[in-house]
Amino acid sequence: MIGKQRNGVDASGYPLRKEGLRKRPRVNEVIIQSVLFFAGFFSIFTTLGIVYELGKEALLFFRTPEVNLWNFLTGTSWQPHINQFGILPLVTSTFITSAIAMTIAIPLGLAAAVYLSEYATEKVRKTLKPILEVLAGIPTIVYGYFALMFVTPLLRSIFGRDVVEIYNMASGGLVMGVLILPLVASMSEDALNAVPRALREAAYGLGATKLEVALKVVFPAALSGIAAAIIVGISRAVGETMIVAVAVGAGPNFTFNPFRGAETMTGHIVRMSGGDLSYDSIDYNSIFAIGLVLFFITLTLNIISQRIVRRFREVYE
Amino acid sequence: MSASSPAPLGPFQDNLPHRHRVGAVWQWIFFSATVIGIFVLSALLLNIIDGAFGYVALEARVDPDTLAVNGVPLEELPKEELIRILQERLSASAFNKLNDEKPFEERSQANVYDLVIERVVKYQVLETWSLWESLTRSAEIRARVAEEFPQAELRFVSWLTVETIRRPQSSEAVNAGVRTAILGSLWTIMITIVVAFPLGVGAAIYLEEYARDDWLNRLIRTNINNLAGVPSIIYGILGLAIFVRALERLTSGAMFGLVDPTTANGRTVLSAGLTLALLILPLIIINAQEAIRAVPQSLRKASLGIGATKWQTIWAHVLPNALPGILTGTILAVSRAIGETAPLVVVGASTAISFDPNLFSRFTTLPIQIYQWTSRPQGEWRHLAAAAILILLTLLLSLNATAIVLRNRFTKRF
Repeated sequence: MIGKQRNGVDASGYPLRKEGLRKRPRVNEVIIQSVLFFAGFFSIFTTLGIVYELGKEALLFFRTPEVNLWNFLTGTSWQPHINQFGILPLVTSTFITSAIAMTIAIPLGLAAAVYLSEYATEKVRKTLKPILEVLAGIPTIVYGYFALMFVTPLLRSIFGRDVVEIYNMASGGLVMGVLILPLVASMSEDALNAVPRALREAAYGLGATKLEVALKVVFPAALSGIAAAIIVGISRAVGETMIVAVAVGAGPNFTFNPFRGAETMTGHIVRMSGGDLSYDSIDYNSIFAIGLVLFFITLTLNIISQRIVRRFREVYE
Repeated sequence: MSASSPAPLGPFQDNLPHRHRVGAVWQWIFFSATVIGIFVLSALLLNIIDGAFGYVALEARVDPDTLAVNGVPLEELPKEELIRILQERLSASAFNKLNDEKPFEERSQANVYDLVIERVVKYQVLETWSLWESLTRSAEIRARVAEEFPQAELRFVSWLTVETIRRPQSSEAVNAGVRTAILGSLWTIMITIVVAFPLGVGAAIYLEEYARDDWLNRLIRTNINNLAGVPSIIYGILGLAIFVRALERLTSGAMFGLVDPTTANGRTVLSAGLTLALLILPLIIINAQEAIRAVPQSLRKASLGIGATKWQTIWAHVLPNALPGILTGTILAVSRAIGETAPLVVVGASTAISFDPNLFSRFTTLPIQIYQWTSRPQGEWRHLAAAAILILLTLLLSLNATAIVLRNRFTKRF
């Protein structure tokens, strides 16, 4: 090709331009880039949509004469048919089920993470980790079935049928713990794995036992990642829906007894919208108000978790 | 221990055996935590299998043996005989209604036989037992059925059969199946993929290849991470407000003249698919970003260096190399969408659908069906739910296996 170069034409046959080496405007490239930018920007619309719709309908809810914000935040009774809208029963049951879940998921998840990252041989790790991931991939409705059909009867046979109601927070919370366990384990294991080998070798060199290396050197070094995992786990528990809808839900109930039935925020939304909800009714607006509270709780937790990772990450290079 | 040591070696050695003992105990604790996780997984699977098979005490309103003609059992009767039975036993209007749904000339023998069982024989479930009960207390169950339900027939059934997959929803558990639910799931997922895949991959390309590190792009990144943590039910509420209500004319099909605008309802397959698309979009973006990031910079530089434009570089070099990773991530996100229940309940899944769904019809999906059957108090529906769970898990497992195979087969190491 080089030999055939003619005036006004470059080596590959393209006409040479007067501008020389200056960048030529390429319409296609610009169009493609704008389309891609739109795709990237689209997620902003989703967030705006969530905030706008939740906010708008929640505002309508608070504008109705039957509702006032103070009673909404402090009332201990949620009975829409007699115009009592106190969100506390829904919030307490959400926190009780989440607390039960986390008492299962944190110790077991962290222990499993330490085992997988520090003790297990490569072969064991390669077998166990996918199993935990399978556990995390099972749809939550299946866990709901498991809670209702296995854990509830088990609890009732242990503690007595009079003590444990058919729908109860303990069963939902326990199974939710099992659901979150692999999440906590997997994220924490990643954090533990990211701690450089040199730290471990240095501790061994000083005569530390394996446990001391794991708990006093590696664990603190990975603490930011572990804390983030726990917070993501809590946020997941608060937003978890199907387990509580199947195994816990029995109408809003202001109680701290884990063996009694109650309704969480998510469970209530599911039950209310299960029927054909008519628009512009107070029930319709109320699920948006509850959704807004839920959205802010989980958003706050997620932001905290991201902050922790960013701020307290120890960088080893 | 320190007294018997050959030489005093200082405080570290003094308690060394103790430290090792503590280490051994903790190692055991760590190990058992992992085992507990696996144990629960097996308990869950066994519990579902336990529910999917077992004895059923059935009572027929009309004994099928009395319907036999000249000693030929009911299921072997020719179609004409079966139609005659239907004509005799059903009211004229009920018979004509069946004929209107689908003319009898076009129905197969098996289909007419199903109708006879459903409409004439009418099995009623009296009681059900789980697999474990059926295996261990077989004699006891037989004795009880003989005593309490002398008319009943005790059968060992598998709630999961080919028939379960083939049959539509029904008001009787023994006749009900998941055909409409599976079709609903497939339709929904198809819409989800069509919308979320191009949008998600496009966003990932933009963020990884084009976006500069300015405030807008940082905002987009943070936003996507936050969206990934929003509970799925919030997406359901969003879908209800936007797709079902605000875009009712589009999602109900009224805009295309497919339904009467006065009865238009946005609670359709389309709304469900779009809602799930919003839900998995952040997951697809995050996974695709990782896959694109894993393509080495040298590849891009080489391509740009020989004069390719940015898009040519992305299209011809970055994307082909990132594709296995992108597909794996997408499959994982899609399997999440297939199992989602909560947002679809909020969007307005229907309780009972006996027709095959299409884009603008009311919908039900496999997880929705499981939810509704589990919530019913009668035992027989819960057995059916267990069977549906097995179908759902098989579907998800095969999807995940595909993802793993893809990852192992096409991942290049640079």
